[in-house]
Amino acid sequence: MSSRNNTTLLAGGAAALIGLAIVLALLVAPQDANQGVSQRIFYFHVPIALTAYTCFGLGAWKALRLLWVGGERRDIESYSWIHQGTIFGALTLITGSIWAKASWGVWWDWRSNQLVLFLVLFLFYCAYFMLRFSLEEGPRRERISAVYALFGVALIPVSFLAIRLASDFIHPTAFNRHGPQMTNSMFATFCVCWAAITLLAYVMYRVELLGKRTDSNLRELRELLS
Amino acid sequence: MSGVGLYASDVFALARKDLRLELRARDTLPAMLLFVVATLAVFHFALPTGSGDDAAYGMLWIAIVFTALLGLARAWAPERDGGALDGLVLAPCDRSAIWLGKTLAVLVFLTAAEVVALPAFALFFAPIGLVAVAGVVLASVGICAVGSLLAAMAAASRGREVILPLLFLPLAIPLVVGGVGAGISPDGATFLSFLGLYDVVFAILAWATFEYVVTE
Repeated sequence: MSSRNNTTLLAGGAAALIGLAIVLALLVAPQDANQGVSQRIFYFHVPIALTAYTCFGLGAWKALRLLWVGGERRDIESYSWIHQGTIFGALTLITGSIWAKASWGVWWDWRSNQLVLFLVLFLFYCAYFMLRFSLEEGPRRERISAVYALFGVALIPVSFLAIRLASDFIHPTAFNRHGPQMTNSMFATFCVCWAAITLLAYVMYRVELLGKRTDSNLRELRELLS
Repeated sequence: MSGVGLYASDVFALARKDLRLELRARDTLPAMLLFVVATLAVFHFALPTGSGDDAAYGMLWIAIVFTALLGLARAWAPERDGGALDGLVLAPCDRSAIWLGKTLAVLVFLTAAEVVALPAFALFFAPIGLVAVAGVVLASVGICAVGSLLAAMAAASRGREVILPLLFLPLAIPLVVGGVGAGISPDGATFLSFLGLYDVVFAILAWATFEYVVTE
């Protein structure tokens, strides 16, 4: 029960932080001199993308742990992280597309490396769900899903390199070797947004995990009764 | 025999088994050969006149990837139909040898298809340079290494033939980038080294994880 209470508390925190992030991003942060108001979507687009990477990474980490030490719960954890990653990956595609329309005048631009990378990852992880739901439930499904999740984290840098090689580089770069390319208040807003989105992803993960666990407990009870 | 020698003899025995089965039944290779030539013929009509050699070169890669998919979809069919995979898994050999043997067998099929496809492409569309051929060779290794593992996953699922292309195509995108780049870019060496990197990374990953895919 305490885990459920914690989740409720965390969900409240995430909602408050998201509210604060929206206020900061829309009202407090200074207007970008070059891009104007459209730049403000950056405060959500970039944290969402970073959160998606984090989710995919954590999913792969749980998958590695599953293969290494076993444990059914790690399968559900890996699946839940990848599920959040796919949701945030889809949001990255949508927000990136809006940004592309605002700054370049088109909804989609193949020269935007990050967007193309997310499209590849999105396709890859959609196939993860297809594979998973097409396998019989059991240890074999857990292991095959885990192996595929591990391929995902190897695909991220390799695809990144491939897309970099395949096109010229016009995506605006928010960070480079000289640190973040923004003023202090913009950077603070960015950090709040990042924290808010990360917390939101974590809460969604917790909620999904709770649901899955309740589901499997219920199934066990039903099997015991019958 | 030393450990490595024993491993290699297991791998070759498994690959030889696949090749011998193919020689007897001729299930896969003729289909792949015919498919790749038919695809090139279709592409002639799909490409508008004057669209250039570069566009045709991209089409060659689509032909190669889809021909490989055709072969990979049948790669585990003998094991699956005969229920032989359980026996192989129980056999006293390293399980990654099963993957490597299958990869070699599929690589032989794909190479045979490419031996037909590349001259046909040169005849129908545009000449092919040495760097482009090196790109095809390196990409084929990657296609077979990743493909034979994904095909084993797909063979375990209900979806089988439907699932495999979904699993395979996102992973094949870097290979297509490398292969097309090696063919049309003036800086072919960069793309060749990228293909080499892909092969190494994914071959190690597939080699290390195959065991988990086939054990019950």
